[in-house]
Amino acid sequence: MTAPLLAALDPQSAFVQACYIVAFSLFILGIRRGTHPTTAKQGNLIAATGMVIAVATTLALKGIGNWGLIAIGMGGGAIVGVVASRRVQMTAMPQMVALYNGVGGGAVALIAWGEFRHFLALGEAIPLDTFVPILFSMVLGSVSFWGSNIAFGKLQGLIPGQPVKVPGQQVLNGLLLVGIVTVCIVLGFDHDSGPSQGLFIAVLIAAALLGNLFVLPIGGADMPVVISLLNAFTGLSAAAAGIELDNTALIVAGTLVGSSGTILTLAMATAMNRSVPNILFAGFGALPTGAAEAEERPVTSIGAQDAAIKLAYADSVVIVPGYGMAVAQAQHAVKEMANELEKRGVDVAYAIHPVAGRMPGHMNVLLAEADVPYEELKEMDDINPEMPHTDVAVVIGANDVTNPAAKDDPNSPIAGMPIIEVDEAQQVIVIKRSLSPGFAGIDNDLFYNEKTSMLFSDAKQAAADIAAEIENL
Amino acid sequence: MPLITEITIFVLAAFVGFEVISKVPTTLHTPLMSQTNAIHGIVLLGGLIVVGLSNFWLDNLIGTIAIFFGTINIVGGFMVTDRMLGMFVRKPKKEEPAEKPDAGDGDAGAE
Repeated sequence: MTAPLLAALDPQSAFVQACYIVAFSLFILGIRRGTHPTTAKQGNLIAATGMVIAVATTLALKGIGNWGLIAIGMGGGAIVGVVASRRVQMTAMPQMVALYNGVGGGAVALIAWGEFRHFLALGEAIPLDTFVPILFSMVLGSVSFWGSNIAFGKLQGLIPGQPVKVPGQQVLNGLLLVGIVTVCIVLGFDHDSGPSQGLFIAVLIAAALLGNLFVLPIGGADMPVVISLLNAFTGLSAAAAGIELDNTALIVAGTLVGSSGTILTLAMATAMNRSVPNILFAGFGALPTGAAEAEERPVTSIGAQDAAIKLAYADSVVIVPGYGMAVAQAQHAVKEMANELEKRGVDVAYAIHPVAGRMPGHMNVLLAEADVPYEELKEMDDINPEMPHTDVAVVIGANDVTNPAAKDDPNSPIAGMPIIEVDEAQQVIVIKRSLSPGFAGIDNDLFYNEKTSMLFSDAKQAAADIAAEIENL
Repeated sequence: MPLITEITIFVLAAFVGFEVISKVPTTLHTPLMSQTNAIHGIVLLGGLIVVGLSNFWLDNLIGTIAIFFGTINIVGGFMVTDRMLGMFVRKPKKEEPAEKPDAGDGDAGAE
């Protein structure tokens, strides 16, 4: 196996190292540019340039061969990547990200296995400072590959989104984890005397099982946390792969992704007022809380025409979107409705709860797709003080994130969760198909508030109807 | 490279990552995630090295799948991020409803 290259580069040479330094610097610059909507697109191009440099440098390394296979792998991957990224709808972005995350984790696990086999083939002892990262990245990569695939399945509706619970699951997961760690330690002790590949594969499979079992019991609305956490896992596994391969670009890039995933995970958990372990292990949505009290309470129901009148004669309107808006693909209709209101001089803003949707920032992307200027998208902490001066709050496909029980009822499962305080607004219109409870499985007192009018309809249809009615006023 | 050097790089990168990423506003968290996802695709380098070093069918297979996965991650990740961020860029002509906002895939990759 020779590498007939124009200039085969020595992996340890200063030039190669410099190229990798340039690459990871561009990643950092790219992310830094991502701190503002106007510069983020440019930032993404900068990061992509860094990636081109890193890949080109690696392709020129001495010893890289098997060009046919590289072409197949990269060509196939590029085609899938291009097609998928162009086809995917913005509402499906969470599952897209889950899938990309999964393949990244899968790649890490396979690379770890490949490296392991490389050392076995050489018949040399595997230095512990290489073997430990190999084991670490293999386990974490495998967990995040399978975990991400389950998350994808849940988001795509291939697997029930409700928590799937198996009796004794925590114990089983705990045993699996202990088993994985134990076998890894056994393998580590054998590092200089040919560790068993059978055991290695057994760990790979156990980690796969753990990935499946760990995401299956987590419900749909907790997906923002799961996706962020898996993102952090793949990042860390890539950093470990960087250590096993002595590649600085990989270490830095993986660590950046790990930081990002960690920050997002903590932000999502804070926004739910739950600890990360609680989200991961409690199987929240499965609780039958409150569903028992099926007392009939009166609600005020209105039609599109009345809603249009309320909105058209308001001075300020705040729209609170939730996952229901994404499911109904209603973002364009909502924007049309807002346009009609703005034409009449109504002040329109959007209040975005951090965990609205199925991934961090999901609502923002959907509304950006519908050409809503990002200045109109208000974060929870900024909009809540405005609520008492708001004439009408329109809740579209959101539920738990507006439930006043989080503030008022210390016994509620969502007690203490920060909410968008729509109940403080002068009037509330809730667009919803039925009175069914949200993911938390609890009744929303907001629906029975005397300020609240329920518009029972599909979100897209309702927004379109209201827009048409406003135009006819 | 000595392990301690690599751990130094890791720790410093973690601090840089936390500093830079904390400044990303929530509005951009989805693109942030898909962009960091694409960056994570750099594991492709590992796949290239595995395939480069291998001369047995199983290693070839493992490496090629890793390359395939890594490339999906990179190409798909950067492209979909670009598409998303394109929507955040303020359109210069706001009063032009020529592009009917049709929720289909027709508006994909509008570059």
